This record gives sequence, C-alpha cells and structure tokens, in this order.
Amino acid sequence: MSRKIKSISDPRISLNILSPEDVQRIHTATLDIIESVGVRFPSHKALDIWEAHGATVDRDTMVVKAPGHLIEEALKKAPPVYTLAARDPAQDLPLDGNHVYVGTDGCGVQIIDLETGELRRSRLQDVADIARVSDDVEEIAFIWTPVSAQDYPPHTRSLYEILAIWENTTKHVQTESIYSEEEARAAVEMAAVIAGGKEELRKRPVLSIMQCTTPPLGQDGGSLEAALVAAEAGLPVGFMTMTSCASTAPATLAGNLVVGNAEVISALAMIELAYPGAPVFYAAAQTAMDLRTGGYTGGGPEDFLFGGATNVLADFYNVPLSMGSFATGAKEPNWQAGVDNSLSTLMACISMSDMLLGVGLLHGSRIWSYEQMLLDCEIYDIVYHMMKGIVVDDETLALDVIRAVGPGGNFLAQKHTKKHMRELWVPQFMDRRPYTEWQEKRDGPRDWAREKARQILATHEPEPLDPKVSAELKRIIASLEK
Amino acid sequence: MTDDLFQAMAQSIIDGEVEDAERLAREALERGIDPLDAINKGFVVGVNYVGDQYAAGEMFLPDLVLAGEAMKAAVAVLEPEIARRGTEREMLGTVVIGTIEGDIHEIGKTLVATMLSTAGFKVYDLGVDVPVTAFVEKAREVNADIVGVSALLTTTMVKQRDVVEALEDAGLRPKVKVMVGGAPVTQGWADEIGADGYSEDAIGAVALAKRLVGAE
Ligand code: B12
Repeated sequence: MSRKIKSISDPRISLNILSPEDVQRIHTATLDIIESVGVRFPSHKALDIWEAHGATVDRDTMVVKAPGHLIEEALKKAPPVYTLAARDPAQDLPLDGNHVYVGTDGCGVQIIDLETGELRRSRLQDVADIARVSDDVEEIAFIWTPVSAQDYPPHTRSLYEILAIWENTTKHVQTESIYSEEEARAAVEMAAVIAGGKEELRKRPVLSIMQCTTPPLGQDGGSLEAALVAAEAGLPVGFMTMTSCASTAPATLAGNLVVGNAEVISALAMIELAYPGAPVFYAAAQTAMDLRTGGYTGGGPEDFLFGGATNVLADFYNVPLSMGSFATGAKEPNWQAGVDNSLSTLMACISMSDMLLGVGLLHGSRIWSYEQMLLDCEIYDIVYHMMKGIVVDDETLALDVIRAVGPGGNFLAQKHTKKHMRELWVPQFMDRRPYTEWQEKRDGPRDWAREKARQILATHEPEPLDPKVSAELKRIIASLEK
Repeated sequence: MTDDLFQAMAQSIIDGEVEDAERLAREALERGIDPLDAINKGFVVGVNYVGDQYAAGEMFLPDLVLAGEAMKAAVAVLEPEIARRGTEREMLGTVVIGTIEGDIHEIGKTLVATMLSTAGFKVYDLGVDVPVTAFVEKAREVNADIVGVSALLTTTMVKQRDVVEALEDAGLRPKVKVMVGGAPVTQGWADEIGADGYSEDAIGAVALAKRLVGAE
C-alpha cells in the first residue's frame, strides 16, 4: 500500500503581507525594468525565441528588452493548475492552489554519515538512501535530488541521481542538478520510460525541473537550454531566483522582489513563447546578504517575509510557487536551525506556497543531515496542524460537556474528549518527559531522529522499480558516456 | 596643511566616497606631493581603519567594498605620476583569479578579489566560466605569484585539479601557487589535488595569499 502524503489544504489562517496596490506597483516596476534595463539570456536559442516575438535583442551583450504586454500575454498562456505525477498515481500532487507539499532540499555537497557521524563528501548511495527514507515519511511529498553523487562522472551524475531516486521511491521526482541540454534530453527519455511513452509523460510528468536565474537580472545559458528541452516534452519547469539584499539585489526588500521577479517572469515568459501552455512554476529563495561575511544567510526576518510575500506574486501571475523554506544556515540541528526553519516554513505555508524546498540540509543548503531532515518534518507537522485553525461550531464549543463537568472536576473521562483527543498534536521528537528521566538518559530529539532514520533504512522496502525499466534507464545514461 | 589633506584622504576612504578620493588625489598632484606619500600616509590609513572597524564588527562588508572602490579610484589618478617619477607602488604580489569553466557563481570570487586588491595585491579578475587554459595564459602573461580558482559546484570543482595540472605542464609550478575555494571545496580536497591553500572566506583568503607570497 502506498504511503499517504500529508499536504496542507483548506487553510484556516491567512496573512496580509502585500496589498493589491503593493503587488501592482511591484509588477509595474518589474515590467519597467524588463523593458528598459533588460535581462541577460546567454543562449542563442533563447535569444532567437525573443527575437521571433519582437523583443529587442542585443546579440553582443545577450540582453533582452521586452515590452510589458509581451511578458503579460506570454504569462497568460501558463496553466494555473496541473499535476506533478508520481510513479504511484495515488501519490500524484495536484498543484491547484489549495495544497502545500514539502520536498527534500537539494543538492547538498556533504553529508553527516548516519552510522559514523563523520562529515564527508556525498555519493550516489546517499541519494538512494535519502530517497528511501523519504518514501516512508508522509510529510515528504516529492524528492528533490538531495545531495550530489560525487562518485559519478560530472556529465552524467545528475542522471544517475534521478535513477537512484526512482529506484527508491514511488513519489514525484524533481531536480535542480540538470543544467545542460544533453542531460535534459536524456532525463526526458528516462522519464518517458517511467511514464510509459512520450505522450503519457506529457499527461503524467513524473519528473519536474528547476533552474536558477542568475541575479542580478540574468539567466544561465545551460539552464535555459535544459529548461527548453524539458518544457518541450511537457515536464513542469520552474525558475528560482535567489536574489540577496545588498549583494545581488538592492538592500531594500521591495527592490529585491523587483529584481527577482524580473528574472523569474522573464524566464517563464520565454518558455511560454516557445511552448505555449507549458506547465511552469515560479520559484524563489530570496534572502539578505550577511552583512559581515557576504554569505547567503538562509534565515532571518527578511527571508521569512519573502517566504510570505512571494506567493502573493505567484498568485498574481496565476502560476504555482515553489518557495525556499527550511535551508537554515546552522551548522548542526540546533536552536538556530529550529528558529530558521520554523519561521520560514510557517510564513511560506500561511500564504499557501504550493511546494516547499526543503527538508534536511544545514549550512545554507550544503550539508545533509538525516536528523535535520526528520526534525524539519516535525516542524512542518506543527505548521500543518496550525493551518487547520480553530473550528467554531456546536461540536467544538462543547457546551454540553462543559455543563456536565461544571466548576472543578476534569475532562479526562468525557466521551467527547476521547472522540476529539486525536485531533490534538502528538510530537515525535519534542522532549516532554519528566526532568529526571532526561537527567538520567541525557538524550533528546536529535538522537531520536537519528534512530528513526536508521530504523527506516533498516526496514522500509519501497515498491521496487521494474528491473527491466532500471536496465533501460541505465542504457540511456550509458549512451551518453560514449 | 599636508596633514589636513592626508586626513581628508583617509576620510574619503572611510566614507567610501569615490569622487572625493579622486578629487583629493588630483589635489595632491597639483600640490606636488609625492604620490606614494599620498597613498601611504593618506589613503592607506583609511583602508587600515576600515579594516580594523570591520574586524571589530563596527563596519560591514559594503563599507569595505566601497572603501576598496575609493582606493582604486585614487590610485588610478596617482598612477601616471608614480610611473613618471620612475617609482613603483610596492605590491604584495600578483594574483590571477576566476570562477572555473562551467560555473557562473560570482559573488564569493569577486569578494575575494576585492579583498585581495584592497589588501595590496595586484589582482587580475578573469570573471566567471573561465577555461583552464585562460588561467595558465594569464598567469604566464602577468608573471603571477598566485592563481586563485573558485568553484561552487561539485561538477566544476573537479576542474580545479586541471588548473593545478595545467600549470605544472606549462612549467609554472611550483613558482606559481594555487589557492582554491567555494562551497563544496574543503582543505581535504585542496590537499588531494595538490593546491597550496584553501580558505573558507575572503578574510582567510587574504591571510592565505600573504602566507603564500611570504608576506606574513
Ligand atoms: C547564490 C547562489 C547562486 C546564485 C549565484 C549568483 C551570482 N551572481 O553569483 C545563482 C542563483 C545564480 C546560482 C546558480 C546556480 N546554483 Co547556486 N548557490 C548559491 C548559494 C546559495 C550561495 C553562493 C554565494 O553566493 N554565497 C556567498 C559568497 C560570499 O560565498 P561563497 O561563494 O561561498 O564564497 C566565499 C568562500 O567560498 C570563499 N571562496 C570562494 N571562492 C574562492 C576562491 C578562492 C581562491 C578562495 C581562497 C576562497 C574562495 O570566499 C568567499 C567569500 O567569503 C550556494 C549555496 C551556498 N550556501 O554556498 C548555491 C549552490 C552553490 N548552487 C548550487 C547550484 C546547483 C546551482 C545551479 C547549478 C542551479 C541550477 N540548476 O540552475 C546554478 C549554477 C549554474 C552554473 N552553471 O554555474 C548548489 C551546488 C550543489 C552541488 N552539489 O554542486 C549550491 C551548493 C546550493 C544547493 N545546495 O543547491 N546559485
């Protein structure tokens, strides 16, 4: 039986972060920037598309200046609703504006070894193991290539990674590690084998592709060309901006939103010009530069505000949003990780971001930790419960029960209590034990999370991928290695 | 009087005011002040102050970068006169730096380049997506002491090794030192590929570069 997926829907709490006038001003400013300053598209294929649609293209600087109406009309072609398909159709994820799904973070470069606790370079087996744990955890809805398979050759690595994920989970697969046309073609071919043909893939995209924009006001050529290949095959494609206040964007938050927005909507517009109606999504992980080191912070009040605000923009353009949440800058699962990941996730959920990326990485998306992964899932679970809000009706006002108990007494023995108690949240990892027990054992959430990960790895058997399909996927990868 | 001018020079650096710095540099030339004095007794004092304040947590990275810009502008005004007098500004060394081929991450590399140049190195920044051969050619052309290679991707990090090897093949090693950095890079990796040093941040990169040229 396939694992249920825990997604947030029918939210009962909301946030008022940008007024309709604010959004309109950001939009107008963005179009102004795209038209007057332009965005760099360093790919001749991309420039050809722009030119064919009447944008002003400078072949030397590779900067495109597009009039506002061209961008607006192109964006109107983007489907507002579509589904991320899973190997197991029961785990399909409709992106319909009424669901929040969590994925794993990606693509870390080191991992804290689950057995030895040692920090080491990541490898393919780690990708497989993380996918297997994710397959068992109901908070995780889709798997983003979580770490890089550094024991495999750079030009086919991203393909071995998605193969390892498919072999270990039936859930939807997304990757940010494919940024060349050649790899994208192979990935499409692989996905088509899983889906059962090119046409089936179009209906049931079992793979989606994320690319980064290149702030300020630029794109990456390889990423653009890979995205075009994916869009042509009907795979959902997202562009993520990581604009950072004071380094790749103005120090002010609104200015940051404008720069990031210009990058994302220009990229999405280009995809729609090339393949009208292609499923696309807005993606963002804006932040503020650390004023001391210049580092990418992965936390702090600015990040949390961006987490809430960006979905308002994506809604304005009527496309799904993938929002960077979690992704703490902390070095180990600690107080900072808890604060960063709770607040970022809360803000992104309240505004109903469709996808959240993602659980498990420390040190600004660089180090994978199974402990952090499962503790992040618990943070999401808290928010999941909060989003149900407070239901006020006869049953929940419980006047009869209050009358029955009266002043003094307690509610423990009430049928109403037994009926509703399971709606109350039960933690997996919060330490609510007696003090003396803690004093004696000196263990805690991290230990329990680690234990749970070990136990899942030891016992969970995902629905295997047909060995013939596996072999076919390997053949596709091998054809690239010649 | 000259003291006032030197003080104003230092202040222009502290404030990160490019135009003030240029104006004061021109004034020094008009008054016949030795341009090396203008640098060492005026502008550099400001640079050092900003560095100290930054280390103390009182000033931030944008202060440092703006100070660097102001310094660069002042030196550019003074340079022709330095050359005319047949003197030379003493630099700590020459560094060629860039982000390796296939990789477009720019911020970290640019920060390191800015800090090195503010600290007194002559820096040639080759930008991003730089082919291995371009590092070698530039290093030979400018007689570099150090080649700095930035890589933020696990797929491009492997080419840092190619730079070390290409410098060997070109007969530039061990005279030309190699330092590496970027998100996936570790000391272990630097050792494995035979690089001379690694630093996790820009401040560390300056200390490393100084050590590599024997300046500290
Ligand atoms: C911001 C960012 C971007 C921005 C860069 C903007 C720009 N104009 O530079 C954008 C959005 C463009 C981007 C794009 C991509 N990115 Co990126 N990016 C980051 C991020 C979050 C921060 C990097 C940064 O700027 N840090 C701030 C600076 C100040 O720090 P720094 O770069 O580390 O530099 C310091 C030190 O490393 C050191 N240093 C750096 N260079 C050198 C050199 C020498 C000689 C020395 C001594 C020291 C040194 O000193 C610097 C200053 O203190 C990192 C994650 C992270 N936390 O590092 C991911 C990250 C590096 N990116 C990643 C990826 C995957 C990509 C993309 C491939 C995504 C895509 N599919 O499009 C593309 C790259 C395409 C390409 N061909 O290069 C991955 C790499 C994963 C991997 N396994 O390889 C990371 C780790 C994030 C993740 N986990 O997913 N990215």
